[in-house]
Amino acid sequence: MTNDLDIFVGNTTLIDEEVYQLWLDGYSVSDAVSLRLRSGILEQTGATVDVLQSDTMDHYRTFHMLERLLHTPSKLIHQLHFQIPPSRQAMLIERYYAFDEAFVREVLGKKLSKGTKKDLDDVSSKTGITLKSCRRQFDNFKRVFKVVEEMRGSLVENIQQHFLLSDRLARDYAAIVFFANSRFETGKKKLQFLTFEDFAYCAEQMIQNWTLGAVDSNVDDMDVDLDKEFLQELKELKVLIADKDLLDLHKSLVCTSLRGKISVYNEMEANFKNLSRALVNMASKLIHTKDVRDFFIDLVEKFIEPCKSDKWTLNDVRLFLTQYTTSAHTLDAFRHQALWDRYMSTIKSCLLKMYHD
Amino acid sequence: MPGKLKVKIVAGRHLPVMDRASDLTDAFVEVKFGNTTFKTDVYPKSLNPQWNSEWFKFEVDDEDLQDEPLQITVLDHDTYSANDAIGKVYIDIDPLLYSEAATVISGWFPIYDTIHGIRGEINVVVKVDLFNDLNRFRQSSCGVKFFCTTSIPKCYRAVVIHGFVEELVVNEDPEYQWIDRIRTPRASNEARQRLISLMSGELQRKIGLKVLEMRGNAVVGYLQCFDLEGESGLVVRAIGTVCTLDKISNTAFLPACNSPSKEMKEIPFNEDPNPNTHSSGPSTPLKNQTYSFSPSKSYSRQSSSSDTDLSLTPKTGMGSGSAGKEGGPFKALLRQQTQTALEQREFPFFTLTAFPPGFLVHVGGVVSARSVKLLDRIHNPAFVGIMGNTRSYKLLDWNSFNSDEPETRDAWWAEIRQEIKSHAKALGCHAVVGYSESTSICEEVCILSASGTAAVLNPRFLQDGTMEGCLEQRLEETSPPGCGFCHIPYDELNMPFPAHLIYCYNCRKQKVPDVLFTTIDLPAEAMVIGKGCLIQARLCRLKKKAQAEANATSISNLLPFMEYEVHTQLMNKLKLKGMNALFGLRIQITVGENMLMGLASATGVYLTALPTPGGIQIAGKTPNDGAYEQHVSHMQKKINDTIAKNKELYEINPPEIPEEIIGSPFPEPRQRSRLLRSQSESSDEVMELDLSHGKKDAFVLEIDDTDAMEDVHSLLTDVPPPPGFYSCNTEIMPGINNWTSDIQMFTSVRVSRLSNINLTNQTLNKNFNDLCENLLKSLYFKLRSMIPCCLCHVNFTVALPEDEVIQVTVTAVAITFDKHQALQTSRVPVEKTLQRASTDNEEQLQFPLELCSDPLVSQPFSPAKAASLDKASPLAEGHLRHRSVPSCTNSTVSVVKMTPLSFIPGAKITKYLGIINMFFIRETTSLREEGGVSGFLHAFIAEVFAMVRAHVAALGGNAVVSYIMKQCVFMENPNKNQAQCLINVSGDAVIVVRESELEMVPVQPSTAVSQPASAGDVTT
Repeated sequence: MTNDLDIFVGNTTLIDEEVYQLWLDGYSVSDAVSLRLRSGILEQTGATVDVLQSDTMDHYRTFHMLERLLHTPSKLIHQLHFQIPPSRQAMLIERYYAFDEAFVREVLGKKLSKGTKKDLDDVSSKTGITLKSCRRQFDNFKRVFKVVEEMRGSLVENIQQHFLLSDRLARDYAAIVFFANSRFETGKKKLQFLTFEDFAYCAEQMIQNWTLGAVDSNVDDMDVDLDKEFLQELKELKVLIADKDLLDLHKSLVCTSLRGKISVYNEMEANFKNLSRALVNMASKLIHTKDVRDFFIDLVEKFIEPCKSDKWTLNDVRLFLTQYTTSAHTLDAFRHQALWDRYMSTIKSCLLKMYHD
Repeated sequence: MPGKLKVKIVAGRHLPVMDRASDLTDAFVEVKFGNTTFKTDVYPKSLNPQWNSEWFKFEVDDEDLQDEPLQITVLDHDTYSANDAIGKVYIDIDPLLYSEAATVISGWFPIYDTIHGIRGEINVVVKVDLFNDLNRFRQSSCGVKFFCTTSIPKCYRAVVIHGFVEELVVNEDPEYQWIDRIRTPRASNEARQRLISLMSGELQRKIGLKVLEMRGNAVVGYLQCFDLEGESGLVVRAIGTVCTLDKISNTAFLPACNSPSKEMKEIPFNEDPNPNTHSSGPSTPLKNQTYSFSPSKSYSRQSSSSDTDLSLTPKTGMGSGSAGKEGGPFKALLRQQTQTALEQREFPFFTLTAFPPGFLVHVGGVVSARSVKLLDRIHNPAFVGIMGNTRSYKLLDWNSFNSDEPETRDAWWAEIRQEIKSHAKALGCHAVVGYSESTSICEEVCILSASGTAAVLNPRFLQDGTMEGCLEQRLEETSPPGCGFCHIPYDELNMPFPAHLIYCYNCRKQKVPDVLFTTIDLPAEAMVIGKGCLIQARLCRLKKKAQAEANATSISNLLPFMEYEVHTQLMNKLKLKGMNALFGLRIQITVGENMLMGLASATGVYLTALPTPGGIQIAGKTPNDGAYEQHVSHMQKKINDTIAKNKELYEINPPEIPEEIIGSPFPEPRQRSRLLRSQSESSDEVMELDLSHGKKDAFVLEIDDTDAMEDVHSLLTDVPPPPGFYSCNTEIMPGINNWTSDIQMFTSVRVSRLSNINLTNQTLNKNFNDLCENLLKSLYFKLRSMIPCCLCHVNFTVALPEDEVIQVTVTAVAITFDKHQALQTSRVPVEKTLQRASTDNEEQLQFPLELCSDPLVSQPFSPAKAASLDKASPLAEGHLRHRSVPSCTNSTVSVVKMTPLSFIPGAKITKYLGIINMFFIRETTSLREEGGVSGFLHAFIAEVFAMVRAHVAALGGNAVVSYIMKQCVFMENPNKNQAQCLINVSGDAVIVVRESELEMVPVQPSTAVSQPASAGDVTT
């Protein structure tokens, strides 16, 4: 005897969080059933495999029907089709838009295009995340990107408003959108030690300080694109390394104030010019899209790696960057104090965040 | 009383993309009522149009207001081609026609298309201005209130319970019209939806007229059904109980009626009870049933099996009626029929299942009648010729409704009702309560069924003169409230069937049967030990495929066997549970092409008034075979173990000697019973004798063949629900009353294909049994998060849509209860009210919190039930009555609770907004793409729920009570990738206020009344 049709419909839509997670993780019904079996649910409830199968099918059907609404969370809130308590709605949305660390590291900074989507099977086999789940996560990124890309106002707020996500998740999505828009390279081997959280933090810093929104809160794309004028002006910072006197003065100021405070004084002193050149050169090149993409590689190659090889501690880095930034203010010949601060405060935050094993 | 209907179209949202090029829609709306249509402007290029239309005004007479639905169609404007329909909304404006219900319908409605389902939502405001009209010959019946609830609605009291009302209307089914061949499925579905909506409206109006004629103002227990007879047409029929209801306004508490028997008058039966009708023997249950195939009956070509006997074993004490009126049944029938014609309202039937205290005096047992009919082939003139009489109903032009009465169907039902009436009389009862009617149709064969519970009622509640029924006065004094209804209404010396009668275990004064079967809810005052449980009997019988009369005859021949077996199963299972009474019994016989299915559901309980049931004894036929003997004793042990286990599970631990009950929740009746007992020592002896006899009297099952073996096995295969779960098919679960407000109403459907199995009765039975058991198991698993919980009002329906396909549909509500809260706490109010109910009338006025002394002190009302169900303290009850319920200001969609029960646990119904009666068709030509049959039906049922909720919310309500899915007809054609489903649901839209909100109100009633309602008070 086979059941052709087997359904259960509650006036309040019945949602099993465990099954929802299995569905989100992209498992087929039969895989989900065997995973549930392994969890020992039958022993706890005295049910049979048939019951489990039917229950899983029911939930999968429900989720399938809900998926259309989850694409536009505001619809889920206002629709009449499924009666779901608000707390449950929030859970559904939050979990649907949640993503895997392993996945996001693969995709972060890539163009959210069809080509990338085609490569998802590679991502899937590399990360062990099912292709279905990869597609959902990718589509989520792309959907959020498309909606907020050309919107005015705060990126995080826009995401929150349109996708009804929690503050934390909305911030993560802001980072994803920001990275995808500027196509920062994050996938190189040298960058593998960085977590998504590191990048998200950097993104937040850059959004706060380097985009149009940082100066004018009423322009299109204000949080998504870097402030071109600012990038243009960054060239002016070159004077710090081009003018030899200025460079020497800067170095001596920093060295004086760090003597006895920093554990790697000699290495710092020896490397000062290289480091300063690296930081200022990066600034002057940011006007080029390609250099923007390589921003994180440059930070790692030209600053983090030399420091690491000299065994700087995080505290050393913090002391150095703080002193390096403030000392520039006392250089009378250097006139771009505001610009310098806008640049260095973000660089400093990023480097400190990224400076770990 | 003409009126003005005003409609405003406000806005739409989430519309589908109708223009692929722009990904947008140019939507406008057509508003149609009767033959008048208005249109809004086109709102271009938007999926969220803001029409903000003017008020469209329809000037119509109230007859149309009652019959017609308001039809709102959303379309996409297309400059070059025809405008595409997006979907429709039908709004029943009936709730606006009586003053106490809703005043405005306003809210978001899902836009529904029969092919695509819900496609966005539309915001509509509807109002009605009625002008008073004193025309006595009016055809409308505005103002008559309808309730699906089968008890007196919570905020009303019954002044008079008038009695039975029925009506049916017929029409040709548009689906079967020739034009259907050139019509699109959408047009056909919409024609059908509209037609049924019209017919329901018309039916309700006609019933309303009858109600006014009977001087009532409401119909309670209104049950409307559709018979999709296929080619022969479409029947919409309804039954209900006419009442005069009074809205309870100021009084905190209404007095219950007391000492009802004082008013009883001895009225003899009008007719001589046919002495021949009561020959019923359980051992030979078939003997006393005649299945007459009587071509002589001129009114219809029929094969009628008036099988009513329900094949009771005599010990059941169930009303078996006369199956075979051997003594000139035809004559009797004719006489009854003429009478029927003259006194249509003479059916003393009540569709109510719960009653005001004191209303129900005695219960006789279940009475039922079935009849097999052949549907007329109206398209075939040859058939008409054969029939030899004029077609009994004229085909209606499906656009006009002023044609003749549909006589045949009326006659069929009248016949069945007469039979029910005579069965009730045979049981010494003058009335039938918990009455319901149903049909099962397969091709041209139709089984009509009616069942109810024979009862003796207190005439106080029935208007003088209306009830000509006879009341046999048996008692000089009041029966004890807890057991009176169990006492036999029939004469002990002249019993309709042999049965074991024993003196009531409670009062020791009157005789009771050893087992009681009823179709009603457990009366609130009934004294019960332990908890109840759902008991089901399931049965399949193969039948040869046959045509027309031969088919009808073979069905008629099978019916008595099925009824007998269903009852044996019920009896066995009841005994296995260690219980002695069934409530809410519903036996459904479904006819298919090659089989008949029987499904009986009831709630078993242990009534303290009835004796402890004997066990089940197995007897083998070949006693000398040692191995066999061993097997039998093994089975016997298993059965005994099961009984013991069940007794423990359901907490059935009746005291050995009833007098020693300590801590009984009903001390009052106990005192009374003692009193009575001391008065009659002699009868006490008899009681003891009977008691011992009852215990010895085990139920003997003979296993003389494999069939019987199967039966025993199947008895033992019913698995009890997992710990923490209880189930019943009645409103309240005996033994549980500490409900929380956590409820989940659900519908579950399973369709099972019996392919690849050898079709025998055994395999069929096993498959059917497994199907039902697995379905229950699945429910327990799904609802495990609600433990401890009880599935209430579990309603199974079986359909046989095609060969070897069984469809089972279950609707029920799961309610979580608080297991830690002592039962006694919630019992207290019940007890109090019971005591109150039995005090003198004059005392009522001294009720401390009564707001104003209501002069109608002696009116019946069921405070006991209300209190026990809602676990409110009786004091809290009155306070909130006058509070206006604040509208929900929440921006999100407001929550609408749905339940098949007449109440929402933990909440109080403050207002009834009107009846919800909706019919939907959904069809698909892309079944696979919609997730197959499961995906299709899952989505559709969810859509139906959504549309019900939206309508209730638009009426200003936040709950649906007495919700029922009356029909779920599902057809598929996988080869064509097609499926179609019809669903009919109904219920009462209400406003409920959470009890916790009630309790916050200050104690002084006066302040409570004047207190302004604050937002957010509504239970959501």
